[in-house]
Amino acid sequence: MASMPAMGGDFDVGASVGTELRTFFEGGTLPGQFDTFQPSLQLEGDVRWQSDSGEWDLVLVPYARIDGQDDRRTHFDMREAFVRWSGDEWTVRAGLAKVFWGVAESRHLVDIINQYDTVEDIDEEDKLGQPMLEVSTIRDWGQLTGYVMPVFRKRTFVGRDGRLRFNGIIDNDLARFGEGNEQNADVDFALRYSHYIGDWDVGLSFFHGASREPRLLASSQPGVLAPFYDDITQFGVDLQYTKDAWLWKFEGIVRETPFETFAAAVGGFEYSFYGITDSGADLGVLMEYQYDGRSEDFQVAAPTIADNDLFVGARLAMNDSQDTDFLGGVVTDLDDGSMSGLVEASTRIGDFWVVELESRFFVNVDNTNLLSVFRNDSNVTLRVTRYF
Amino acid sequence: MFSNRLNNFTKTVALAALIGTGLSTAALSQSAEEKGFEIAARSDRTDTGFESSEVTAVMTLTNAAGRTTTRELYFKTLERENEDVGDKSLTVFETPRDVQGTALLSHAKILEADDQWLYLPALKRVKRISSANKSGPFVGSEFAFEDFTSTELNKYEYRYSGEDTFDGMTVDVVERTPRYENSGYVRQVSLIDQDVFQVRKIDFYDRKNSLLKTLTLSDYREYEGGVWRAHLLTMENHQTGKSTSIAYSDYAFKTGLADNDFVKGVLRRIR
Repeated sequence: MASMPAMGGDFDVGASVGTELRTFFEGGTLPGQFDTFQPSLQLEGDVRWQSDSGEWDLVLVPYARIDGQDDRRTHFDMREAFVRWSGDEWTVRAGLAKVFWGVAESRHLVDIINQYDTVEDIDEEDKLGQPMLEVSTIRDWGQLTGYVMPVFRKRTFVGRDGRLRFNGIIDNDLARFGEGNEQNADVDFALRYSHYIGDWDVGLSFFHGASREPRLLASSQPGVLAPFYDDITQFGVDLQYTKDAWLWKFEGIVRETPFETFAAAVGGFEYSFYGITDSGADLGVLMEYQYDGRSEDFQVAAPTIADNDLFVGARLAMNDSQDTDFLGGVVTDLDDGSMSGLVEASTRIGDFWVVELESRFFVNVDNTNLLSVFRNDSNVTLRVTRYF
Repeated sequence: MFSNRLNNFTKTVALAALIGTGLSTAALSQSAEEKGFEIAARSDRTDTGFESSEVTAVMTLTNAAGRTTTRELYFKTLERENEDVGDKSLTVFETPRDVQGTALLSHAKILEADDQWLYLPALKRVKRISSANKSGPFVGSEFAFEDFTSTELNKYEYRYSGEDTFDGMTVDVVERTPRYENSGYVRQVSLIDQDVFQVRKIDFYDRKNSLLKTLTLSDYREYEGGVWRAHLLTMENHQTGKSTSIAYSDYAFKTGLADNDFVKGVLRRIR
C-alpha cells in the first residue's frame, strides 16, 4: 500500500497475489475432467482516489485468475470500477460495483444485484462487477437505494475440463434471454430499503429484470446446455433480531417468472459462546432451514439444491493477533439425506501473508439429488495470499 | 462476646451522632460513593462540548516473547451531551492489508446493550453483531471491547478511596464497578489527577478479583476549549505478559460530523 498526494486528493494503491492448490480426493467422472490437482493464481489490484473534500471518489478493482486446468476458470473481471459522489443525504455511484443484501449465512436469497462468478467457488460469495447507476439517500427513516442496470452479466461456468460441473457443458454463447435474444435488450431495475429499529434490522427489496439464475436447457449440440435468463420480478424481505448472544435471521422472496410464481425462504439463528478459552476465543453455532417452492422441472425453473434443507454449522474465532478462525458446516437435504459440507480455516502470518484452507465435501449423495453430479468432487484447497 | 460487639457498636453510633452535631452536615453527608462519582464526573465532563472528533492511531501488539505486530486504524466519534445516552463511534482498520476497510459502528447505550454493526469489505456486507461480548479481546489485542465502548460516566458506580501520588502528580483514587451486564471486571481502580482531572491509570480486576490488566494513559495534550486527550495508551496484561499500546496522532475536533455519519448505510462507502 502506498499513499501519496497526487493531482490533489488522496491516492491509495494496493494489490494481492494468491497461489492456490485445489486437490480432489477422487478422479473426475465426466468426460474430459481432470483427476486430482488444480493449481491456480489469483491477482487483484486496488486503486482508490478520494478528493480533498471527500465528496468524490474513484475505485478500480481489477481481478484475474489463471488456472492450470480449466481454461474457463482462467478469466479477468473488473470487480469494481466506479466513480461516486457522496453528499450529506445523497450518494450517487456510476460504474461497475458489488452490492450485498441480506442476513443469512447458508444461502443468499435476497441478494440479487450481482451475477455470481461460480468458476471461483460454488458458495455464491464471488461476484462479477455489475454495471449500474446507483442513487441512495440516507434519512431518519432509513436508507433507500435505487439501481438502474443497463448491462447484463452472464454467470460464469466451468469448462469441459473442470470439476464441480453439471452433467453437460454450459455454453454462454448459446445464452437466451426472456427480454429478447439480445443480452442487453432491456434494462434491469431494483429498489432497496434498509433500516434498524431497536434490536431489529429490516430490509425490503424489489427487482425487475433478467434473472441471475439461468434455466439450463438442452441445446442442439449433444452434451452442451444452453442457459436461459428469464425475465423476472422479485420481492424480498430480510430481517434480523439481535438480542444478547442471539442473532435470529430470516430472508424470504417471492419471484414471478414467465412460468410460475413461487416463494423461497431461509431462516435460523446464530448463537455465540463468548470467551470459551482463557485467551478469549468465541464459538458460534448456527442453524438455518432452507425452503424453495420452485418447480423441479428444469424446463420451467433454474435448478436449486436448497429446496428443503437444513444447515448446521459452527464458527470458532480465536480472537488472536493473527485473526485465526475456523468455520464448519453441513447442509442436509431433508428429503433424501444428501449432504454437502465445508470446513474453512484462515490465519495471518506476519503483516502481509494470509493462509487459508478450505474443504468441500459431498457425502451420502442420493442418485436423484442434483448434487449427484458433484459426488466425486470432494476437495481441499490451500491458498496462500500475499498482500501489498 | 456478641453482647460486647453490640455494645461497642452502640457506642460508636452514639459517638458518631455526637460528632455529627458538632460539624457541618454538608461535609459529612458526602459519602465515599458520592465523592467518587463527583471526581469521576468532573473528569468526564472536562471534555463536554467537543461535539465530534477524528483521529488516526497505531496499535502495537506485543506478545509474551516480545514480538510485535501493528495495525493502523482511525476513529470517528460523535458526542451526545446527554449523559443518559452514549456517544456514537466508528472504528476503521487501515492495516493489516487483508482487513483494510473492516469497520465497527457502535451506538453506545448506558445500561442496555450497545447497537453494533460490523462491515466486511471483501463481501460488501454489513452485519449487525451482538454486543454481549463485552470482555472479549478487541482484534487480538489486550483491550477488551468494553475498554473502548464503556467509557460513559453512568456505566459505573463509584467509590472514593483516598489520595495517592502517581508519576509526580497528586491523584484521587476512585474505584468503579460496572453497572452493565457481561463485564469481565468485578472492579476497576482509577487514578485521576487533581490538576487537570484526567484519568492517568486504571487497574482492572477480573471476575475472580485478581489483578488482570493495567492501563496507563500518558502524553496528555490540551486542545481548544480545555479538552484533554491522552496520546499514548498502554494496556499491560499481568496474567499473560502480553501488552498493547495505542499511539494517537493529533485529534481534530468539531469536524462537522452528524448523526447521518453514524448510520449503518455509511459503512458501505468505506471500502
